[in-house]
Order: sequence, then C-alpha cells, then structure tokens
Amino acid sequence: MNEKVGCGNMNETMTVSKTGARKAKEAVEGLMKGIFMVCGFIAIAFVLLITIYLIISGLPAIREVGLIDFLFGTRWDSANQTDPAYGILPFILTSIYGTAGAIVIGVPIGFLTAVFLAKVAPQPVAAVIRPAVDLLAGIPSVVYGLVGMMVLVPWIRTTFDVPAGDSLLAAIVVLAVMILPSIISVSETALKAVPKEYEEASLALGATELETYFRVTAPAAKSGIAAAVVLGVGRAIGEAMAILMVAGNVANMPSLLSSVKFLTTAIAGEMSYAAVGSLQRNALYSIGLVLFLFIMCINVFLNVFLKRNKEG
Amino acid sequence: MTKVMNTMVAKPTAVKYSKLSTQRKAYEWVMRSLLYLAAALTTLLLLFLMGYILVQGLPNLSWEFLTTQESVLKGTYGILPAIQNTVYVVVVTLLVVLPLGVGAAIYLTEYATNHKLVTAIEFATETLSGIPSILYALVGMLVFCQVLGLGTTLLAGSMTLVIMTLPTIIRTTQESLKTVPQGYREGALGLGAGKWHMIRTIVLPNSIDGIVTGCILAIGRIVGESAVLMFTAGMSHTLQDFGSLEGLLRSSGGTLTVALYAYAKESAKFDLAFSVAVVLLVITFCINLAAKLVGQKLRKK
Repeated sequence: MNEKVGCGNMNETMTVSKTGARKAKEAVEGLMKGIFMVCGFIAIAFVLLITIYLIISGLPAIREVGLIDFLFGTRWDSANQTDPAYGILPFILTSIYGTAGAIVIGVPIGFLTAVFLAKVAPQPVAAVIRPAVDLLAGIPSVVYGLVGMMVLVPWIRTTFDVPAGDSLLAAIVVLAVMILPSIISVSETALKAVPKEYEEASLALGATELETYFRVTAPAAKSGIAAAVVLGVGRAIGEAMAILMVAGNVANMPSLLSSVKFLTTAIAGEMSYAAVGSLQRNALYSIGLVLFLFIMCINVFLNVFLKRNKEG
Repeated sequence: MTKVMNTMVAKPTAVKYSKLSTQRKAYEWVMRSLLYLAAALTTLLLLFLMGYILVQGLPNLSWEFLTTQESVLKGTYGILPAIQNTVYVVVVTLLVVLPLGVGAAIYLTEYATNHKLVTAIEFATETLSGIPSILYALVGMLVFCQVLGLGTTLLAGSMTLVIMTLPTIIRTTQESLKTVPQGYREGALGLGAGKWHMIRTIVLPNSIDGIVTGCILAIGRIVGESAVLMFTAGMSHTLQDFGSLEGLLRSSGGTLTVALYAYAKESAKFDLAFSVAVVLLVITFCINLAAKLVGQKLRKK
C-alpha cells in the first residue's frame, strides 16, 4: 500500500517527496525480501526440527536397552510386565523383506506397463490407462488396506490353509500395488526423455521396435528407472496404515505366511497405548529414529540417481 | 508438436517380422506378450479395486449417512463429523502452508543468489517429501501436542500436515515461477518497479495456475493422510463445534480416512468402511480431474 502512494508522489512532485517515497518503497522491498527469506529457511528449520526431535527422543531407550541388544535382539515383548524385551531385529528384517518383496513384484510390472504406455500403446489406449494410474496413485492408503483386509487376507487363509491370513505375504502384495503407480509414472517420464535419435539409429540398423525399446531406450533411461525403484523402496518402507490392516501385527521373525510387524506398524500399533515417559514409548521413538536413518540413506541414493539423470 | 510430427515422418520403417530369425521372433513374441500382460494387469487391478469398492460401499451410502452423525439411540450411522473435520483440516493446513510455501518458492527463484543456500533449501524440501507419514505423526505428537501444548486437536494435526505438504507447494510453485518469461521481469524492472512490486503484479498472476495445481495436490495428500491425523488429531466421531474460537482451537476428531480405519479395524463395520471408501474414491477422482484441467490450462499458455 505504501508503495502505491509513493509511486503517485513520485509522478506528481519529483523533487520534495522523492527521497521519502523512495525510502518507504525501499523499506517495503526490504521487508518483503526478509519475509520471503524466512519462508525459505523454514523448510530447513523443519528438517532440523524433525531430526533433532527424533534423535533427542530416540536415544534414551537405545541407551537404556543397549545399541546391540536393541538393533539385534530378536525378541520384542514390550507389554510383558516382568520380563520386557526390546529387540527390533524382527521389525528391521520384516521391513527389508516386505520392501524387497514389493519391489520384486511391483518393479517388473510397473516397468513393463511404463514401456507399454510410453512406446507401444496406441494413443487412445494410453489416454485411458494413464489417468487410471494417476487415480491409483491418489487412492488413500487406508482404502488399499481395507480391500487387502477383505479380499487378500481371506484368500490367503483359504488358499494356503493357514489359521489367519494376516501375513507378510498380504502386506507384500498390498505394498506392491501401492508402489506401482509411482514406478509407472517415473519410469515413463524417464523413457520418454530418451532422445528420439537413439531409437531411430537402432531401428535403422535393423533392430525391431521391441528390441530397440528394451536394448536401447531402457538402458539409456536406466538412471531414471533406478530413481523410480528407489522411490518405490522409500514408499514401501515408510507405509504404515495399509499394512497395519493386513500384516497381523505380531512381533514374529519374518516368514511369508506368519503374522508380522514392520518398523512402521510397530510404531503405529503401540503408540496409542504406550504411557508417556515409559521405556515402551521411548523405544517406539527409537524405532522412529532407525526408520528415519533408513529413509535418509534412501534419499541420498535417490539424489545421486536424480543428479546423474540430470547430467546424463 | 512439430517435433513429434517430424519424428513420425522420419521414423525408419521397422524390419519385417517374417524375415527375423527364430530366436528374435521368440524374443519379440515373449516381450510383446509381457508388455500387454503387465498393462492388462495394471488396468484390471484398477477396475477390480473400483468395482469391488463400489459394489460393497454403494448399498449403504445414503444422504442420511453423509449428513448426520452416529446416533446410538436411533441406531444410525453418519459421517458428517468426519466430513467436517476433513474440511477443517484441509482449510487450516492450506491457510498456513500456502503463504509459507509460495514465499519459500519466491525466495528460491526470485531472490536467492547464494547457490549453496538454494541447494541446502532444495535438499531440505526433498528430504521432507521423503519422510514417511508415521514419522511426521511421531514428531507432530511430540512437538505440537506435547511441547507446544495444543493437545490432541485438529489444529495440531493441521500444523503437522503443514510440514508434510510444504514440499509439494514449494516444488509446484517453483516450477510455475520458472515458466514466467524472463522478459516480463526485465520489462517490469526496467520500468522502475521494485522487486516486490514486480512479483506481486507480474510474476504471481502469471504463475497462479501452478500454485493452484500445488494446492490441489496438497489437498489430495491431506485427504488421503491417516497416520498423522490418527495420532495428532484424535479419532472421535461426534460433531465438533466450529462456531467459536475455543471450538476452532480445541476440537479434536477423526477425518474420513481415520473414520474408515476405525470402522474397519476397531468396530468391524466393514460395509460402512466401504461406504467411506466410496466417498474417498469420489474425492480422489475429483481432485485428479481438477489437477488435470488446471494442468491443461497451464500447458496451453
């Protein structure tokens, strides 16, 4: 507002009020620059806030239990009054197995669908499937959890003849479905970014179209596809609610058909009843810290791939 | 467009299939069937999901379900509180995150000159977007509910979601700020406009579509979020009083996703859970459609 007045003044009386108006204008400019700068720093502040709080609240329990016992202990029994145990190896392994399983199922299907959408599909077909994939990406995770709970879990129970279908297998399938859309869209973008000349050269040398796509285009887009995989790993390892609904939530060592707890579901499952200040609750924060470290490693990988992608 | 046309014309004709060796024919056949199989699988998956949810959820979906709250006396169920809470969370989160995110994006694209600082901020936003929601839930619970004393309230939930959606807003705004031609800026500055004046009158109006896209994406994330809100905003399903300031600050309750979780996992009312899922599907569909329309408008420019 000040500034408008200042501009008017400048036009009318160039001599007297010029310095005053300019001062007001400069003050506003400086103020706005300051405000924007604060906004810019807020993102950094948030990251620091999260890191610091996770470390502060995650360390006490690790110190109390002992780092080795905490990370490599195979028994988690936080509700046991007389002999509680806080070993999170089952959660770590479950998270790794679950994520690996989801990647093994999700990546091939996602990659092939991406090749289909980017290269093979006729325009109208792609125009139908692409929004469908976007819709898949937008569906809330609890909805996936619900369908998994009602369809997948009973199916596993009857097919494998086990007492309960809540299992690592159910979680893997749900995770695979959930990471599919991001793998498809990121790989498709990477495939499309490959220069047309590469493909033309390959075709001119006598390769068929499919040979070209798989042996020329895909290798040329490999860092983008790697980024898609890493992104999928990040999604899968961080997902909580959907697998909370299908994994059964018992702290077993992972096996396909047994009920398991992930790092995320261990936190989500016990958070609501762990008493504030208790070792149980602090241990949950420690699990959060471990999960955070996992995610940070994945982020570093992702950054490396994306950077290589930009340069290449 | 012209580039696409050129390549279509210039594309060398592929080798004739009949002239290939048996091995290459086999490769061709296997790969092509794999491609179609994968695409069919993805499509069928979506069709199945939609069909199953609609079949299970539609029968119980009524006007009454959408516009009343649960009543033990009458034995009826309703998700009006959940809808209200969702709207509250979306509005409050956007009110806070929009100025912050747009401001940060403006700083990054218009003001920042220090390359290291820009890299640091961009690294921070990328880190934020990679952090899983359960960790936001933990930190939100610690910082907003306990340390800042907000308690388990919708306000605490919204503040946590502000941190979570900030990267989305920053990134989309930055993208659209970058599409504003440099000449516009030079023109405005050359005419004697100050930097803020230029941003306010030239840059922001020209990048409004991108900001709107960011908002839509953020709304999608907020509506779909469950872990954060379950731990920071509570799970109650009675109508909250949003009429007073006290009510605005102190209300707590579950959003639609939390209501779905509670129906499915805690009270085993699966048919109702599916009805909520239908509502969520419809919202997701609308959000995607809106994002697409705005995106098209952006591209036309």
